[in-house]
Amino acid sequence: MARSAKLGLDALLASKEMVLVTGSGGVGKTTVAAALGLAAAVHQGGKVLVLTVDPAKRLADALGVGALGNTASRVPDEAFAAAGVEPRGELWAAMLDTKAGWDELIRRHAPDAKVRDSVLNNPLYQNITSRFVHSHDYLAMEQLHELHATGDYDLVVVDTPPSRNALDILDAPSRMVDFFGSRLLKWLTVPYRSRLFTAASKPFYQVADRVLGAGFLRDIADFFVLFQAMERGFVGRAREVEGLLGDPRTTFVVVTTLETAPAHEAEYLVRELVRRHHHLGAIIANRVLPAGITRRGASASAKRLAEAAGEADLRDRIVTRLDLDPDDGEVVGEVLSEIATRFHDVALVATREAERRAELSVLAPEVLDAPILDSDVHDLRGLLELVGHLRT
Amino acid sequence: MNLLDRQLLFVTGKGGVGKTSVAAALAQLAAKSGRRTLLCEMDDKGAVAAAFDTKPLAFQPRQLDTNLWAMAMNTEDALREYLRLFVKLPFVGRIGPLARTFDFVADAAPGVKEILVVGKLAYEVRERHYDLVVVDAEATGHIVAQIGAPRVIGDLVKVGMVRDQTKWVSDILEDPARTGLVIVTTPEEMPVSETIDLIGRLDAESGVEPSAIVANRVLPALFDRRQSEIVDALEEAEDVLVDATGAGVRQVLAAAHVTEARRRVGGRHLEGLRDAIPPSLPVLYVPELFTRATGRRVVSLVATALADELDVV
Repeated sequence: MARSAKLGLDALLASKEMVLVTGSGGVGKTTVAAALGLAAAVHQGGKVLVLTVDPAKRLADALGVGALGNTASRVPDEAFAAAGVEPRGELWAAMLDTKAGWDELIRRHAPDAKVRDSVLNNPLYQNITSRFVHSHDYLAMEQLHELHATGDYDLVVVDTPPSRNALDILDAPSRMVDFFGSRLLKWLTVPYRSRLFTAASKPFYQVADRVLGAGFLRDIADFFVLFQAMERGFVGRAREVEGLLGDPRTTFVVVTTLETAPAHEAEYLVRELVRRHHHLGAIIANRVLPAGITRRGASASAKRLAEAAGEADLRDRIVTRLDLDPDDGEVVGEVLSEIATRFHDVALVATREAERRAELSVLAPEVLDAPILDSDVHDLRGLLELVGHLRT
Repeated sequence: MNLLDRQLLFVTGKGGVGKTSVAAALAQLAAKSGRRTLLCEMDDKGAVAAAFDTKPLAFQPRQLDTNLWAMAMNTEDALREYLRLFVKLPFVGRIGPLARTFDFVADAAPGVKEILVVGKLAYEVRERHYDLVVVDAEATGHIVAQIGAPRVIGDLVKVGMVRDQTKWVSDILEDPARTGLVIVTTPEEMPVSETIDLIGRLDAESGVEPSAIVANRVLPALFDRRQSEIVDALEEAEDVLVDATGAGVRQVLAAAHVTEARRRVGGRHLEGLRDAIPPSLPVLYVPELFTRATGRRVVSLVATALADELDVV
């Protein structure tokens, strides 16, 4: 089990070359990945790349990644200047483009131009690449490998795609290997005419032809015959990509909110990372309420506030302090009373969050808190605020 | 038209927005109103079972309440049933290896798995086994592949039984009086933008129309404009409040500040959503529940909130 001592975010980013940001959907993975890249570029220097999957439009604009495929672009100095910082290094950003990624893989692994063009022009190709063997997950890993191998960057931070299951990303490379090694692919690629004579596959083809139509199966078979020509390249590559997961230069950061379902998924993911001997850098608890809300003094004050809200004395002092109209005393009372009453709702959520956090903290060397912010993070300034919280 | 008067309701949404709670609540409302209802969960995560505090579901529906049944979709069982009902296979009991192989083809071949699954749901509707089938469907990123499967298959497969069957499946899915799609969102940037994207993609890539949006976990507006200004200004009177009620009041103010700020941001996202979607598409609001409870209690609270909203639809 690889666990580092509690050293903080800077030490983690300084000691690793690849960071995989994982977690269940909707917890803010993309934003956190961008913040981690920014933290490294600003505070440590070097050339840092953030590979994002599906950023909110405003965040994508802020990072300068658009619909331009896999090309990385540098976040300009002016953007940093506008946000009031002078980075020690460079921040680059790229967006994962699954289609372009697949096309590139085909070009690389096709033995000749004929196979390459046949695959790229195959009508099933696009449909299949966007669906099978969790291709988004695999492509994210593949791109990480590619980017790291170029030697162009000191640190690559990868945001992982939204999956049905956060573990999919870990299994993606081995699924690719399994796929090429499977008996099914071999069956599918037996020349079509001789199939009916293969005893083992006969019932399958009889039913499948009847249900799916012979033409469709033949199309699929033709496609996989082409694919099989690329087996060696694909399998070799998938094994290399799989190796990255356990590489000592790789670390995983698990992002979660402190709500029940995402926190449980994070717990599961963390246990699985540990079981597989992958390096767990940190758990990041995102959008958490201020911890002080759960203090006993707070609820005692809320109680006193509920009572005091009706007192003319307190109202008058506030009206005077805020320089309000004397008639506003009643409105002030209403506001104070509402705030006092509603505090218990928030405190309840905060208590639940504290429980989740305690459960997570025994699992990871580091649980970093990112508080819930007053507004959405959609520019460098917002990301820097997030970085500030993560580094304390 | 009342949402629950349809025969098939898909409930989708970005991960983490409370899709399962809403699907479960809609199913519960339908069942309580006397409709024989089937609730189907599409992935194997067991979220529906958890929502009803019950043991894991199976392909064979299990009764959970009066008028309420639940099942978990599973490709192998769906294939088994399909082969039995439509292909009239003699060796139904021994399709294990065949099913696994088929599963593998279905994994690779576009639309095959989806048509099998969607076909099963449409079959329940066609046979009128239930008054309403509620589906805790795939998330926004995958739903179009699922409900658009009949079209994909229609394009790729030129002959065969599946091709023939896409027709009646499409007829059910593309009839807005029979099939509805509910998109669940929260008042946050990404869920709202995925909702808007999905509405565009549904139109382009499937014949299924959205029937309603559920805005889940909406923070209630507690303050009118004047009160709101006072909330913002209160920070300057912090010492007065500390003096009167103790130092803990700082946390009370912080809680109010965070909640109010999020409510405003969320409100803007919901306004943006309302502006971006067809005016005829209803938005149903479910408030943030602030509850410690899980499971059935949550389903019941969401159902109560939705019941109020559905009366206005």
